[in-house]
Amino acid sequence: MNMAKGRFDGIKGWLYLLPAIVFLGVFLVYPLVDVFIYSFEEGYNFTSQTYYGVGLYNYSYVLHDPYFMQAVKNTFILVIITVPLSTGIALLISVALCSIRRFRNLLQTIYFLPYVTNTLAVGLVFMILFQQTAYSDGLVNQLIKFFGGSAVDFIDGPYWAKMFVLCVYTIWVVMPFKILILTGALASVNEDYYKAARVDGTSSFRIFCRITLPMISPMIFYLVITGFIGAFKAYSDVVALFGTDLNAAEMNTIVGYVYDMLYGDSGGYPSYASAAAIILFVIILTITCINLMVSRKKK
Amino acid sequence: MEIVLKNLTMKFPGRDRKKKEEVVAVNDFTFTIPDGELIGLLGPSGCGKSTTLNLISGLLKPTEGKIFFGKDDVTNLAPEHRGIGLVFQNYALYPHLTVRQNILFPLENRKGKDRLSKEQMRKMADEAAHLVQIDQLMDRRPAELSGGQQQRVAIARALVKQPRVLLLDEPLSNLDARLRLQTRDEIRRIQRETGITTIFVTHDQDEAMSISDRIVVMKEGVVQQTGKPQEVYDSPANLFVAKFLGTPPINEFEGRLRDGWLFIGENRVLRVQGESGQRTDAQQQVWVGVRPEGFLLREDGPFVCDLGGVEVMGRDISVLSRNRASVNPTVRSIISTESRVDTSRPTVRFALRPEKVFLFDKKTEARIRCGLLGEAASCAADSFHNRPENAHAAKMESPDAADAAHAEPTDRQEVRR
Repeated sequence: MNMAKGRFDGIKGWLYLLPAIVFLGVFLVYPLVDVFIYSFEEGYNFTSQTYYGVGLYNYSYVLHDPYFMQAVKNTFILVIITVPLSTGIALLISVALCSIRRFRNLLQTIYFLPYVTNTLAVGLVFMILFQQTAYSDGLVNQLIKFFGGSAVDFIDGPYWAKMFVLCVYTIWVVMPFKILILTGALASVNEDYYKAARVDGTSSFRIFCRITLPMISPMIFYLVITGFIGAFKAYSDVVALFGTDLNAAEMNTIVGYVYDMLYGDSGGYPSYASAAAIILFVIILTITCINLMVSRKKK
Repeated sequence: MEIVLKNLTMKFPGRDRKKKEEVVAVNDFTFTIPDGELIGLLGPSGCGKSTTLNLISGLLKPTEGKIFFGKDDVTNLAPEHRGIGLVFQNYALYPHLTVRQNILFPLENRKGKDRLSKEQMRKMADEAAHLVQIDQLMDRRPAELSGGQQQRVAIARALVKQPRVLLLDEPLSNLDARLRLQTRDEIRRIQRETGITTIFVTHDQDEAMSISDRIVVMKEGVVQQTGKPQEVYDSPANLFVAKFLGTPPINEFEGRLRDGWLFIGENRVLRVQGESGQRTDAQQQVWVGVRPEGFLLREDGPFVCDLGGVEVMGRDISVLSRNRASVNPTVRSIISTESRVDTSRPTVRFALRPEKVFLFDKKTEARIRCGLLGEAASCAADSFHNRPENAHAAKMESPDAADAAHAEPTDRQEVRR
């Protein structure tokens, strides 16, 4: 009787899980498998639903496409610069926020505002700040000139300038969420640890390194992992700053490349798009696994 | 290290900013803690005992008053310069460090000329660990230790820097009952071995009574009484202290003094000796506290209660009864197992041991110090009182009877007539 009850409980458990499984299956697992299949079907055509053959040609094409290599380079630069910088700055700001009492709530709200602001609107503001047009130099260039530099067009100018704007923009956009998480993590550290450290005459630098950081390290790892994933998937930010013709601007990202292959001016190549998407998937998976392994080891 | 607290006062700003009301957590605390003693700061939650500890540790600065360690005025000294070891209620062990690293932590903070070599630090850590008997646990993390072991590590971490004063904040409250007994003996032993002046905070009077050299009973920021545990128990300064100390707690009655007698309800229980300045002839309402062990089972005892039940505890019996004058619903008395309680009867009669009975002023709840006289007198009076035909006579004659009893209080036969 117990057995029967146990089996019934098992079925009931699966029944409860069913809605989630169906949704995830239909909208996440199935598309992933489908994309995987597309990536091996050469010259697949949406309208006729036909293809020439099966093989690795799509991958070979994508990996030899200079636009794709440009996108990979851009994406990696973006990830490597913005993830550590944004996490570090967010940590500094959070620590500062936690150590003040006055205006703390006000400042917290201000720091959180970018999070609820539309990406495209923020992009527009950045464009106005950084762009140099025939009529105006833009605020940033005016500042540079004021300090004796020469104006640079950050939006249509040299590669490094555009990358600089993109990095600043990305850091600025991802900051609020990180600050939110980190201030929460800092607040959850028991006050007694700090009291104990104070009684023992611990310097504040040592308190930060030996107590605060280890205590909130799980949250930092979480932010780094999600930061990596988010930066690898960057696209809308780039569009907001540099418009849709990203290949011409040398500012494409991997996701941008996938989009272009599907719908862009040169669109209509779902097989290449799928191959590029799978390559991105593999990159993110690898980096995340490495991240997780490092964080486990630390524990 | 002798510690002197002088008019120590701590006020916190109230929550309501508009009203500007201040919360007085510690009010005019003056006390001298002799060198090498173990002091228990005792009181209910929110009485300011933890604040006092934080003031001594330096984590808080007093609003008024001064603190001296020996001859040094440390009132404005930062905690790290006071030479104190502090053990927190939740131990505050760093979870990511091993036991050894936790104990080494305070030593590694030392800079300049105080800096120690690795070898010295290791030696001091080993000594501290040995003192609290955690030598085998040095490479474990706090999460892998039991509550009692964590407690020891916390004490070792506090002792490793050889403090002048050891402060313990509710050191036993996170432990289960059995471990609590063990650990409190352990704290006592460590304190004896090191001879460090130790102050610990607790709300558990058992804990404080059992291991302290001296206890300080606090209520709402004000010190109620200080002294050796037994002295405070035997002679509480006010109703609060009487009620706070002792398990089971003291039994509280509404009583009155009249004609040199103490009445609880209608029962005339003890003779009150006319003492200094206090008028006992006039009627005076009082609170009467009777310790559970202050009841003696007597067939002809003056104090009559409705029998509620009997609990056998093994070592002794506790008799539960009801009395209309009692503040609490049940009166709990502890009787030695040799006495038999006749549970078939609806009432039970007690004589009271005068040294276990305390009188308190009805308004101020301060102790009324006066002599109470023992069972001979009371029994005598009672035997009259309970004979209906003598009820009136008893009132008239009782002074005589009492006088006789006073003269020879132990000789019952003579007084009983």
